[in-house]
Amino acid sequence: MDISPDNIVIYGQPPIVLNATLLFTWITMGLLVGISGWVTRQLSVRPHLPPWQNGLEMVVDGICNQIREVTQQDPEPYLAFVGTLFLFIVTCNLLTVVPGYHAPTGSLSTTMALALCVFVAVPIFGIHQQGLGRYVKSYLEPTPLMLPFQIIGEFSRTLALAMRLFGNIMSGNLLAAILLSIVPLFVPIVMQLLRLVFGVIQAYVFSILALVYIASASSVQQHNHHATQENSDE
Amino acid sequence: MSDLAMIGAVSMVTAGLTIAIGSIGPAFGEGWAVARALGAIAQQPDKANTITRTLFVGLAMVESTAIYCLVVSMILLFVNPFWNHFKGG
Repeated sequence: MDISPDNIVIYGQPPIVLNATLLFTWITMGLLVGISGWVTRQLSVRPHLPPWQNGLEMVVDGICNQIREVTQQDPEPYLAFVGTLFLFIVTCNLLTVVPGYHAPTGSLSTTMALALCVFVAVPIFGIHQQGLGRYVKSYLEPTPLMLPFQIIGEFSRTLALAMRLFGNIMSGNLLAAILLSIVPLFVPIVMQLLRLVFGVIQAYVFSILALVYIASASSVQQHNHHATQENSDE
Repeated sequence: MSDLAMIGAVSMVTAGLTIAIGSIGPAFGEGWAVARALGAIAQQPDKANTITRTLFVGLAMVESTAIYCLVVSMILLFVNPFWNHFKGG
């Protein structure tokens, strides 16, 4: 039994192989880019919007609203990164209903890559929004004694982010395979539904956590800034 | 008992124990979290959106310890490094 689509070789000889993870990642990306490119090519502002444009606007608007509610800030800077993460993961997880499709998120290499993107994005957003000095200083608060724990936390939460998504999707796949051999009738369909729900929830959780990490790195200092201003006003 | 049989038996027992013991804590935690969230929604139904969103994120974080246990037991069962080492050598 394969627990990861990394082991399913489609073409080529080791060490250079085309495995299922690579293939389906590119298929998913092509699908996303292709559909949104095709829709945005025929944008219109007439009273009768094309249904596809309407759908995409709804998705983007929904993501914007969620970001605004969670961070209490302007969603514009975070929209591209967090929205892309969410759309990619949710498309991967939902496409598992297509027979023969192996979700790339069920492989630790994909989820680790996504988590590393978040790991790199946190300092980039933080430094961009509050400057290098302030960002580095935020590691020394409340006391410099906490510095090792802050750094360990930075790494462990990246690992946790990757493991969580991988574990959920992989266990769903495995459970479906095991159930199929024990009770082949009806029960796997219900489990399939449950997998879809969990896939959407996990995509949501992944992107919200990424957003929370990024937003906390870029707004902690603002908060303190307000506090010091209030103090000086007194 | 040969080395291979020993490793197989110990891996299976350990995998079972890992997932059994490892799911107790998160199960309690999630039960508490859901109970408190339901209480909060009952008291303030208009804040249901925020509570549900925070609940989901919190549940996912609590659940991650259980998922570490699952991953460890899966590794023991399917891609056990010691098993492969002794089988190959």
